[in-house]
Amino acid sequence: MKRVYVSRDMASVALGADEVAHAFEAAGCEVVRTGSRGLFSIEPLVEVESEGKRIGFGPVGPADIAAVLDGSHEARLGDVAALPFFAGQQRFTFARCGVIDPLSLKDYAEHGGWRGLETARGMTPQAVVDAVKASGLRGRGGAGFPTGIKWQTVLDAVSDAKFIVCNADEGDSGTFADRMLVEGDPFCLIEGMAIAGHAVGASHGYIYIRSEYPFAIAAMREAIQLSAERTAPFTLEVRVGAGAYVCGEETALLESIEGKRGQVRAKPPLPALAGLFGRPTVINNLLSLAAVPFILAEGAKAYADVGFGRSRGTIPVQLAGNVKHGGLYEIGFGITLGELVNDIGGGTASGRPVRAVQVGGPLGAYFPPSMFDLPFDYEAFAQAGGLIGHAGITVFDDSVDMAHMARFAMEFCAVESCGKCTPCRIGSTRGVEVMDRIIAARDSATVVQAGRNWEGYLQKALNSRTPDRIDTGLEAQTALLRDLCDTMKHGSLCALGGFTPYPVLSALDHFPEDFGAKSPVKEAAE
Amino acid sequence: MQQEDATRLIEDWTRTHGRTRDRLLPLLHMLQEEIGFIDDAAIPAIATALNLSRADVHGVVTFYHDFRRTPAGRHVVKLCRAESCQARGATAIEKAATDRLGVPMGETRPDGQVTLEPVYCLGLCAVGPNALVDGRPVARIDAATLDRIAQEIAA
Ligand SMILES: Cc1cc2nc3c(=O)[nH]c(=O)nc-3n(C[C@H](O)[C@H](O)[C@H](O)COP(=O)(O)O)c2cc1C
Ligand code: SF4
Ligand code: FES
Repeated sequence: MKRVYVSRDMASVALGADEVAHAFEAAGCEVVRTGSRGLFSIEPLVEVESEGKRIGFGPVGPADIAAVLDGSHEARLGDVAALPFFAGQQRFTFARCGVIDPLSLKDYAEHGGWRGLETARGMTPQAVVDAVKASGLRGRGGAGFPTGIKWQTVLDAVSDAKFIVCNADEGDSGTFADRMLVEGDPFCLIEGMAIAGHAVGASHGYIYIRSEYPFAIAAMREAIQLSAERTAPFTLEVRVGAGAYVCGEETALLESIEGKRGQVRAKPPLPALAGLFGRPTVINNLLSLAAVPFILAEGAKAYADVGFGRSRGTIPVQLAGNVKHGGLYEIGFGITLGELVNDIGGGTASGRPVRAVQVGGPLGAYFPPSMFDLPFDYEAFAQAGGLIGHAGITVFDDSVDMAHMARFAMEFCAVESCGKCTPCRIGSTRGVEVMDRIIAARDSATVVQAGRNWEGYLQKALNSRTPDRIDTGLEAQTALLRDLCDTMKHGSLCALGGFTPYPVLSALDHFPEDFGAKSPVKEAAE
Repeated sequence: MQQEDATRLIEDWTRTHGRTRDRLLPLLHMLQEEIGFIDDAAIPAIATALNLSRADVHGVVTFYHDFRRTPAGRHVVKLCRAESCQARGATAIEKAATDRLGVPMGETRPDGQVTLEPVYCLGLCAVGPNALVDGRPVARIDAATLDRIAQEIAA
């Protein structure tokens, strides 16, 4: 019987992988459902095993079965791992994703699984924490905080109970690495969490997965059951989110697990000292935890040897939006934005010129192609007025209206605000209104009356509630937008309100022509 | 569903899953799964079961976008509105979907056949515009896909 491999990843299924898998079953093949290899322009991908090798074909539809089985199908890719998209990657975390049956303990063990946990269990907790420190691993959830230092705080805390919490809320548009790993290699996360438990002295862990990821929730639950014996006495459970983006913020997430409204807590106390149920808690992004088995199995040095500046190891970059070859690209830090978007991603899917990319989700900055030499590095991005976040890159072609995207950033903040602080809760709604006025003024090409003292007038407009006293001209509204962003940035408790100005102001600064400005500052300067 | 049924569901569930406060979200998910929405009339029973105040339960139910307080249509289409899908034409698809399905975003059609809801990212961001149709993921939505969805919904 011929053995074929077809992905069960949610994206592959959305593209028709289930129908393809059923067709192969009907044709008498043994079908192994894997995670996705991570290149969606070739999904649904089928790999046919022959003489111990796998020959890839993709994209494939249910009608192509015969041609695939006799090898004549025109979408023959050969060895998938040898395709340029994969050959250039450094897969430390995603080595098994797309290759193995995600729920086969046998596959996992045969592909290097559990070696990290075994090594860790032969070490003292302090030695494990030291290894994570030495690896240079920084949190992949957004802030880039050193994981080893966080773990040290929890290890040093004295308590009757401690917890490991995995943040798999992955709400950022343009990101799907957490989802892919849970669906494609859930034991890797389980192993990472068990190592964390050993390192800090925690015996129970929670995996908080957003409700928008039904496949991941099911896979994770099954994987926990299957591996319970292996991780004992460490235990795990899945908690399902309920559609609130802000629950990705670590303290809101803890509130949510506790059964409360997902409102952000003021820090201090740090979750590391008083987190879940008031106990010392390691809360890490899924990718941070899933990087740990490699670090323990291969050694901290092997991880730290790769990278750029103070950003060590690999980063699973997600190429998304209007990009020809979208997918997951795990690579050492230091690769440039341009290499990722143009060389690896192949430019836009629409074939039109790339105009902007947003890096780091809805709170990340928009960059024009003139900044594509920016290296993937936490510090370099911060210096350029942006952030890496969860390493999602959303590509836009030249049909994008950046004023519309700035408006959307404000709208999203208004929809998702937890309501705790005024600059975020009210400011975002005002931001949408300001953007509406800017767009209206731009579209009606209103010429701003000359000779007015804007400073004085703006002051009045800011304090005014009557629409007829508001100067709805472009210049006044743009100044108001900057002022509002300043208030949100400095007056918000968490990054939802505090970082929404990133996409808004970067759009305004790099694409002023979309905001009605006559002479784009940027181009004039170049 | 009758109120007694909800109360019995809550009783049965808490007997196996416990009555601590952190059970609230899992309990609400279970109720919505079984009954389709969180009826205001069920809030006192939830509050009693977990030893919380009604206001507390109400506060949680209204905070999370997932929990419905009225029944949904027979079919639910969750259409992604987030940036990566927008970059692939989701704004136009959203408009076309409201036309084709005959229901504004965020509402249930008067005949109760379909609810159209926004979702902010499904993690399928390289193959948008995307949607979940009755829980099934659908990618690269275009006019033809919308026609298929409309047919499914009519059935
Ligand atoms: C509004 C908001 C949403 C966030 N969403 C996520 C998320 O979905 N996943 C995540 O890992 N971190 C998210 N974070 C960051 C977390 O607060 C926290 O920094 C992270 O979980 C820490 O883990 P790390 O050190 O491994 O990165 C979010 C932060 C904010 C302010
Ligand atoms: S900034 Fe917004 S989301 Fe964050 S705590 Fe304040 S109101 Fe809540
Ligand atoms: S933005 Fe639509 S699926 Fe991610």
